[in-house]
Amino acid sequence: MDHLSNLEAESIYIIREVAASFERPVMMYSIGKDSSVLLHLALKAFYPSIPPFPILHIDTSWKFREMIAFRDQRMAETGMKLLVHRNEDAIARGINVFTHGSGVHTDELKTVALRQALDLHKFDCAIGGARRDEERSRAKERIMSFRNQHHRWDPKRQRPELWQLYNTRIAPGESVRAFPISNWTELDIWQYIRREKIPVVPLYFAKMRPTVVRDGQILMVDDERLPLNDGETPQMRMIRFRTLGCYPLTAAVESEATTIEEVVYETLSAKTSERAGRMIDYDKPGSMEQKKIEGYF
Amino acid sequence: MSQVTLDSTRSLLRFLTCGSVDDGKSTLIGRLLYDAQLIFEDQLRGIAIESQRKLGDEAALDLSLLVDGLQAEREQGITIDVAYRFFSTAKRRFIVADTPGHEQYTRNMATGASTADLAVLLVDARKGLLVQTHRHSCIASLLGIRHVVLAINKMDLVDFDERIFRTIETQYREFARQLNFTSITAIPLSALNGDNVFRHSNNMPWYQGSTFMSFLEEVDIDATREPEPFRMPVQWVNRPHQDFRGFSGTIDGGMVTVGDLVRIQPMGTTAHIQRIAHFDGDKNSAARGEAVTLVLDRDVDVSRGAVICSADQPASIAERVEAHVLWMHESPVQPGRQYLCKLGTATVPAVITKINGKIDVNSMQRISAEQLDMNEIGICVVQFESPIPHDVYPANRHTGGFIFIDRISNETVAAGMIISDVSVARNITWQQHDISKATRSALKNQKPGVLWLTGLSGAGKSTIANLVERALAAEGKHTYILDGDNIRHGLSSDLGFAAADRIENIRRVSEVARLLTDAGLIVIVSLISPYQSERDRARRTIVAGEFIEVFIDTPLEECERRDPKGLYRRARAGEIRGMTGIDSPYEAPSHPEIHIETVNRAPEESAIMIVEWLRTHGHLHA
Repeated sequence: MDHLSNLEAESIYIIREVAASFERPVMMYSIGKDSSVLLHLALKAFYPSIPPFPILHIDTSWKFREMIAFRDQRMAETGMKLLVHRNEDAIARGINVFTHGSGVHTDELKTVALRQALDLHKFDCAIGGARRDEERSRAKERIMSFRNQHHRWDPKRQRPELWQLYNTRIAPGESVRAFPISNWTELDIWQYIRREKIPVVPLYFAKMRPTVVRDGQILMVDDERLPLNDGETPQMRMIRFRTLGCYPLTAAVESEATTIEEVVYETLSAKTSERAGRMIDYDKPGSMEQKKIEGYF
Repeated sequence: MSQVTLDSTRSLLRFLTCGSVDDGKSTLIGRLLYDAQLIFEDQLRGIAIESQRKLGDEAALDLSLLVDGLQAEREQGITIDVAYRFFSTAKRRFIVADTPGHEQYTRNMATGASTADLAVLLVDARKGLLVQTHRHSCIASLLGIRHVVLAINKMDLVDFDERIFRTIETQYREFARQLNFTSITAIPLSALNGDNVFRHSNNMPWYQGSTFMSFLEEVDIDATREPEPFRMPVQWVNRPHQDFRGFSGTIDGGMVTVGDLVRIQPMGTTAHIQRIAHFDGDKNSAARGEAVTLVLDRDVDVSRGAVICSADQPASIAERVEAHVLWMHESPVQPGRQYLCKLGTATVPAVITKINGKIDVNSMQRISAEQLDMNEIGICVVQFESPIPHDVYPANRHTGGFIFIDRISNETVAAGMIISDVSVARNITWQQHDISKATRSALKNQKPGVLWLTGLSGAGKSTIANLVERALAAEGKHTYILDGDNIRHGLSSDLGFAAADRIENIRRVSEVARLLTDAGLIVIVSLISPYQSERDRARRTIVAGEFIEVFIDTPLEECERRDPKGLYRRARAGEIRGMTGIDSPYEAPSHPEIHIETVNRAPEESAIMIVEWLRTHGHLHA
């Protein structure tokens, strides 16, 4: 059995455990490449049934337009039920990254929104596409990660996980975040996307796109939602994204990789880690760990 | 360009690194990640700055910093956890479980070992074998790891002396003879400088074996594996529509082919495999590790927790097993307390009824034990509430390993590995006789039942039991009293008052009561039986509808005032321990069939209430 098949089988086992063990599971979907793989694994796990849980997209209202179009197309193709949740209160208050900074933006539009959605639908398990190789605090997280009534993660009181025996027992109001692709790396994701011919958002492939450069990071000018600073004029650059989040928080890389093979080669020879394009991790030291404690994915 | 190619047909090796604290484990893993060119520039910049601060040398690069997010954990006093690392070479993809070296983290090491195929055991060439080396070897062996790399590190600090290497290797092979390893490979290294890690070392021309990395790339884990019988624990019943009913799960042993005859445990029913459904198209066969959906050729009762097995070598079924139990919770194990046991995809209530001893993990010797503390490994008798399909752990890690979950806190408190079956019930068939229970009770003109009188010592159970029996005898009914004290003189004379003994006592009383109801009798049990879980267990032992829980409700103050046996006085004086109500809890029944408050009520009146209950519930005529 090759390593991708091995990882695939492990992930399918975890997804099935969630479906069999929880009353109201949901699968988180961020439209990115990891979510695309996760959705594909779920379709495989339950074939010929449709996966027995809905898909949840936390929409910050700051996603690239191509992402939303891709999302709707995939849902139509797979027949999955899609739930979209926004923190309408925060959006009404005009929360945005430019005026409030990435900290408040992420907290309100992602973390709080996610907690609202989980509470609203009374989900007891949320399946997510986080990987252990992404960030140091993720490396310590369990595959079935327990959250208290307030959705908080306690890194000091994690349940030991032996063999494939996941403890899925919770009290009312508590929940679990399940991470089926914990043991995958960025390279595995791309190799698997290639092998399985999984559709991904076109933004992952290089193309001439309008951009501005701020603090050494290349930002794509998706539409008028990105306010231009004085003297800034969008310039066309050949760019692609290694990771996709809210577009003002996701930096692009200059690239010539227009095919999946070229993306894989580029990943192999990458000189910076994938999350370097995520400004959220650099707010302050240990910032990802702190966000996770508060209920961020 | 890295040496890794687009080709995705590499195999996966999961291994564990262990060894004592300063043996250079983090440096070795850092070296692997660095030499496999998996360190990104932004990460490298970070550790370069930290290295300079730590070592005061601008050129130094402390590779251990790459993996020691754990240093910070240690400073903050957070439990040191298993961390997983990932890297690839052209030939293999690796998952490394990096486990802490401290003695107190046995549970973390076991967690890492539970999914590993191979263990890398680091030894400092200057120090040779240490207590930790032995301890980690024993745990790895117990957890079923069969391949060990003895990485003798820091060879640069002993002048690359071959004799030192050979001495350590010989000592280790001698020690490991008592363990269940199938291969031990010793490699001399300097992780700091990279000698024999990726490249053969010019400093050790006397070493002709594989480098560390080429060994990990080539080692064939499955070569020595015995062919195992087919096993697939059912995870999920797949039923998209009327015409499809499949059983989804991951194959945990052997292989399966369309047309094979399989046996479904614990039911024991058989069927043939009709289809192996798969997203990428149906398969003709599937093997260990694959996640599949099996369709059977006939409609049989299969649900989550069942195991689909090869028909001629099915998984065992037993209610009682002997197992190695690694205790992982701060409070020591309580024999007799009920936990939830998860084994494969089945979850059933289970009890540790007896501790037969524990393992001294420094020597693998079995020593006697009364209790198990955190991080200790005991040899225990585990009683499942219902028979559960399983294998012994050395034969199959997936169908032989289990966890215990606390029913209240939901914490995972223990991990277990089955050594053998204890009960032999599965080999004994139940003899059918011509005269049935119905006949026997009809002859007595009554319906059998068990009046289970529970309450504190001195509550009046024995007195009321006696009066009930007299009243029933007067009506010509056939009865028998099982009195807690009397049972202790004979049937349970070998038992003490520890929790496990109390449980066993109640089990025996329940079984005898069941036999007596089979004989057609109305049985009156008079037993303190303080725990709800134990009474519930007795209820499950007795035929449904025949168990009548009677709560003899007398407040503690009143019992203490009566104190007919002088027990409360002695308990208060500290002469006896474990007295229910004093230093051992009594859990009052939440929904007893009969609730009798004895204060201001004569025992005769209480007895009449019970007899009338039997009458209105139809027990007093056939």
